[in-house]
Amino acid sequence: MDFLKPAEVTPIATYHVMDTHSSVADPSRAPPDVTDEQVLEWYKNMVTVNIMDNIMFEAQRHGRLSFYMVSAGEEAVMIGSAAALGAKDVITCQYRETGVFLQRGFELKDFMSQLTANCNDPGKGRNMPVHYSGKNKVNIHAVASTLATQIPHATGAAYALKMDALENPDKPGNVAVTYFGEGAASEGDFHAALNVAAVKECPVIFICRNNGFAISTPTSEQYIGDGVAVRGMSYGIESIRVDGTDIFAVYEATKEARRKALEGGGRPILLEMMSYRVSHHSTSDDSFAYRDRDDVEAWKARNDPLFRLKVWMEKKDLWDSEKETQFRKTTRAAVLRELVAAENEKKPALRGIFDDVYAELTEEAKEQRGDLYRLMMKYPEEYDINDHEEGIRGLS
Amino acid sequence: MVAPRVFRPAARLLSSRLSTPLRPAFTQTACAPSILRSRGYASESAGGVKEVTVRDALNEALAEELEANQKTFILGEEVAQYNGAYKVTRGLLDRFGPKRVIDTPITEAGFCGIAVGAALAGLHPICEFMTFNFAMQAIDQIINSAAKTHYMSGGIQPCNITFRGPNGFAAGVAAQHSQDYSAWYGSIPGLKVVSPWSSEDAKGLLKAAIRDPNPVVVLENELMYGQAFPMSEAAQKSDFVLPIGKAKIERPGKDLTIVSVSRCVGQSLTAATELKQKYGVDAEVINLRSIKPLDVETIIASLKKTGRLMIVESGYPMYGVASEIMALSMEYGFDYLTAPAARVTGAEVPTPYAQGLEEMAFPQIDTIVNQAAKILRL
Repeated sequence: MDFLKPAEVTPIATYHVMDTHSSVADPSRAPPDVTDEQVLEWYKNMVTVNIMDNIMFEAQRHGRLSFYMVSAGEEAVMIGSAAALGAKDVITCQYRETGVFLQRGFELKDFMSQLTANCNDPGKGRNMPVHYSGKNKVNIHAVASTLATQIPHATGAAYALKMDALENPDKPGNVAVTYFGEGAASEGDFHAALNVAAVKECPVIFICRNNGFAISTPTSEQYIGDGVAVRGMSYGIESIRVDGTDIFAVYEATKEARRKALEGGGRPILLEMMSYRVSHHSTSDDSFAYRDRDDVEAWKARNDPLFRLKVWMEKKDLWDSEKETQFRKTTRAAVLRELVAAENEKKPALRGIFDDVYAELTEEAKEQRGDLYRLMMKYPEEYDINDHEEGIRGLS
Repeated sequence: MVAPRVFRPAARLLSSRLSTPLRPAFTQTACAPSILRSRGYASESAGGVKEVTVRDALNEALAEELEANQKTFILGEEVAQYNGAYKVTRGLLDRFGPKRVIDTPITEAGFCGIAVGAALAGLHPICEFMTFNFAMQAIDQIINSAAKTHYMSGGIQPCNITFRGPNGFAAGVAAQHSQDYSAWYGSIPGLKVVSPWSSEDAKGLLKAAIRDPNPVVVLENELMYGQAFPMSEAAQKSDFVLPIGKAKIERPGKDLTIVSVSRCVGQSLTAATELKQKYGVDAEVINLRSIKPLDVETIIASLKKTGRLMIVESGYPMYGVASEIMALSMEYGFDYLTAPAARVTGAEVPTPYAQGLEEMAFPQIDTIVNQAAKILRL
């Protein structure tokens, strides 16, 4: 009688491309199939996320927005994976995927419009900060706060893509992709989504950002087994663990996952990206209450994904300290400029309070809108109507 | 098959009992023939009226909508191979194939989340729960994802989805199979909620739900599935749809307004007949059909006519459908009431299994008649 003993099973290896000196680790393999322009774009996007995060974190501290979440340590996971996907792939995110939005074409103005809840926010100022609504511009579903609900949504979206592919066999196929943390992978929705995706052969890529922490809970208290990749295996899903600070590894793994997911009519693939949440969980968190500052610094010194890519580029003469200084300076100025511009924009039209609860405006909502209009007209000094697009006319 | 979840398909336990009416609760439901004969149908005189069970009416609605719209598909536990735990999806797998009639693993949160994801990606899923009691496992997806995303995305992500399945108590299956969720879903902005009583209700409301661009919860009733109702010629056609948000006056009357929903409509009609026979009073019975939006106009117009209001439903008494209608009657009809409004609801206990106890936990004909007599001071 043989019981399977987890402790005796060899842990899943981590796929990487670069060594600790940012060179290709395996001399027998070809260098990554990417152009210098691609690498430069990725690096710039990673730095941009970093700069925007720092500015917006501070802006929250100054009371300019209610909440913010930064992604330091995970820039390569987001940029590298997004770079390997197609524009028509459908994405469902958690909340720490700013880089995915940026890489897929969200601009500084789009981020700032949402964060300041102005009239240019496609979400009409309804969702909390960093919960971007990107379906129209970058094919990313509106971000939800309810952790892990996005995972079955991706399986469902993948099913829709599969049905579409059956009807239009000549069109190139697309996949659904979902991002989530290793903490969210403890939710029932994760297991349900993987199981159904496997059973129904849906072309979906599950990307776990294993960053070591769920707010204050370290992975050692989140699970005892060999991380998240091993769970994919138990659902019959091809899975891989990837060094999430090595952007080339992330890019290659995601690209291959996409190819596999579309193969033979569709199937799910799981990627576990190993990284570290350098930052606090959110603006509502001070992580030094539960972890050592030195641990964070030590990790950064060894594994910072920006640093690793920068060394790679410097070795290839693509980048130097002067370019670095110049790019950081202009990006910082651009972020600040967009933030101030966004703050000075009008707020969304007042009708947005009532619209979109249902596809059609209900009688009750119409009545309430009329009541609000009359109240505002009666006591104009009590309301800052002019901050809103169209002023009082925004209620008609 | 390993570890069968014996409690899941309560219908399997009940199927034999349903055909032989062992319990007074069954025989008294809905359709004492005399009442049904007195109901008016638009095209009844045309002679095309047919007896159809609620189950078959739902099945017809599903088949017609699956036929009419390629974006629709139905998924849930046992819906395909097994023809549905309650046989509502009978024959659909054979007709529409496994891509559109999908058996799922036992994971309410999972298949509901997947249905919501498919809806957000542009399909029009119909998500069957074996019972709404089990939809509790998926209520986060129904409320936080389906009901709210259209608003939170800024109106760019509609969620055309239908959640359906039996709701409320059945017979002898205890508290975890016997809850009425009308009030739960009825309190959520972004959801529409309908609850049919008759076969026409069932077909017309389910079709409307599937066509509606919003997420709609269709609360059916297991005890009604096997009940046959006459169906008008118009209702037998594939273009038959009922408007969501409109109640139906099932029995006109001048002395008392009884507002009811789902299975309790049948009980209220029987009670109204009894009230006429016993006391000579005419109760008006309103079949809500729609929990949300609620047809306040019809209720208030009736209240103005009769001056007396009673609500009969099988949910818990507090914060319920009846409570809401009573609150609305204060807001819009207070001056017309000649007696305090009253409600007859389920009891404030988790539903017991034992037959006698279960009966005592829900409105019965005599409860309704006695409460009406009290309001009317008879």
